[in-house]
Amino acid sequence: MDWGLITNVLSAAVIAGTPLLLVALGALVCERSGVLNLGLEGMMLMGAMAGFAAATVTGSLLGGVLMAMIAGIVMSMLFAFMAITLAANQYAAGLSLTIFGTGLSAFLGSGYVGSTVAGFERVAIPLLGDLPVLGRVLFQQDILVYLSFALAVGVYVLLNHSRAGLIIRAVGESPESANANGLKVLAVRYLAVGFGGAMAGLGGAYLSLAYTPMWSENMTAGRGWIALALVVFATWRPERLVLGAYLFGLASILHLVLQGFGWRISTELLAMLPYVVTILVLVLLSVNPMRTRLNTPLSLGQPYRPSR
Amino acid sequence: MLQLERRPLPSPLMQWASPLIALMLTVITGYLIFMAMGRDPLRSLTFFFITPLSSAYGWAELGLKMAPLLLCAAGLTLCYRAKLWNIGAEGHLLMGALGASIVAVELRGHSGAWVLPLVLLAGMAFGAFWAGLAAGLKTRFNANEILTTIMLNYIALNLLVYAVHGPLRDPFGFGFPQSVMFSDSALLPKLIAGTRLHIGWLFGLLAAVAVWVVLARSFIGFQLNVLGQDSRAAEFAGFHQRWLVWFAFLVAGALAGLAGASEVTGPIGQLVPHVSVSYGYTAIIVVFLGRMHPIGIVAASALLALTFLGGEMLQIAMNMPKSITQLFQGLLLFYLLISDAFIHFRLRFKPAVPAPVTTENAMTTQEG
Repeated sequence: MDWGLITNVLSAAVIAGTPLLLVALGALVCERSGVLNLGLEGMMLMGAMAGFAAATVTGSLLGGVLMAMIAGIVMSMLFAFMAITLAANQYAAGLSLTIFGTGLSAFLGSGYVGSTVAGFERVAIPLLGDLPVLGRVLFQQDILVYLSFALAVGVYVLLNHSRAGLIIRAVGESPESANANGLKVLAVRYLAVGFGGAMAGLGGAYLSLAYTPMWSENMTAGRGWIALALVVFATWRPERLVLGAYLFGLASILHLVLQGFGWRISTELLAMLPYVVTILVLVLLSVNPMRTRLNTPLSLGQPYRPSR
Repeated sequence: MLQLERRPLPSPLMQWASPLIALMLTVITGYLIFMAMGRDPLRSLTFFFITPLSSAYGWAELGLKMAPLLLCAAGLTLCYRAKLWNIGAEGHLLMGALGASIVAVELRGHSGAWVLPLVLLAGMAFGAFWAGLAAGLKTRFNANEILTTIMLNYIALNLLVYAVHGPLRDPFGFGFPQSVMFSDSALLPKLIAGTRLHIGWLFGLLAAVAVWVVLARSFIGFQLNVLGQDSRAAEFAGFHQRWLVWFAFLVAGALAGLAGASEVTGPIGQLVPHVSVSYGYTAIIVVFLGRMHPIGIVAASALLALTFLGGEMLQIAMNMPKSITQLFQGLLLFYLLISDAFIHFRLRFKPAVPAPVTTENAMTTQEG
């Protein structure tokens, strides 16, 4: 094995893991507040479509990213209205968001299929980018990758070392006690869901503006769902999420690696790998159900309405 | 100030009015969308909802699209009644199509009445096997069925695409990723000559009836309902929960597998990559819209079948994107969930500032 190959593989794994990391970071905060949003895939698709469309129209990648986040937030507010204000079943509401987002993005994006934009380019960070191996893997990437590093640190600090994080966790563990302590449970949950939406939109934009700069129907290919599994894998902790995202990223580019080694396996079979890995991970995690149960936010998925 | 207030009892009226309200809101939104697109909204809506049904052939096409939806939805109804969130009908269906195709290609030289049942059984077995994987992962490893079934959907799609590119590819098919055409003995008989409607539609209706019998008249159905309404009650009653999970998933898998088998042996006649226009996902909407009730899902599957025809019609007649079908389906489910909130809640007009408490209204408040 030569270092060049390893470096290339790891670098590609970071890129493939970045959209997962972005989306999963948002989902993690959202779930820590007790809301399970199964609409990640739909919000991601809307983000990918809106980001691509805005970047095409305005010619500005930054404008595209902003538009993607706005699209994600708008979608997440639809979900929040159903799941928080109307206290609907969160499973059903999230599923409907995914189905709705898939349909809406396909419809609105139908005019952009086949067009191209110049996506984000790699920008090497001075000094850090010159490090052997690590420099190429972590510090010769595009801006959104660096942004994902910052956001991961930010979410970690937010949840573990800030008053806001304490409030989010309190709301997620026991909305009743949080409410009794004068916290506005519904408002906190709205904000957390909105953050999840923005991050899902951003993750979508990463796909359509950096990973493969184009738009096609259903281009997320289940990444929103994989991100959901990733949060379980990380037992709702941001530091583990980062590791998990890059491991999944590695799994999803493994077919390129194996082909590089001269393996003759059909690409269709290898394309299954990320999904198979997701199932295997879920199984491994569930071998010890106590581990998951201890870490799951207590009120996750349960609608809450403050009593008056 | 308007406030949401929990009803003392869920409203049975809203339970059944909600789908109609959702449909109405979808039509209104559709009107606005067509207007925003600069198209004649009334003409577009007519093309979408009415033109497809203006001929006998159109009604036959409706039945053709209904068949897979109804088969998938019937199985999902069993699962959702027990709050088992099986999202995997799409995967079960694709595997059913794959299994049926393997047998149909294998038996191409044979003719006889036994070929078709064997082909359909293979489809059901493959579908049930695929659902069984999710059931096993849930009962043995406690893995969340939403995630596993979604992942299995993607895996099934990749398997199918692999099959048509590899082992099942027609060697004389000019390189197209598709299997050979099945022989006539492996094709479903037509229900009405001159149309594409085949007896798969009857399978769908039979499945709905069977699910009704199971849910309303059998002990298993009772147990599934209890499991869905209160899983702890089911536990205390000593129901074998694992067994119930297996039952619901295997039936759902077999029915969706039959749907896939009926597609390849019905209108398509060979295995192609695009066997399903996401029938398995649309079936989820059918179940919710049909109130998880066998009669309801028959009506709902007809409506959602119409959205497929309407989308095609708009594409042909007015050159609109075909994805308008998915948009309408998404809107329908979205509005449904919102109006479903009013099964349990009602809107009340309340003064923003609470009235000062006097002895008199304090008494009435306590009584109310």
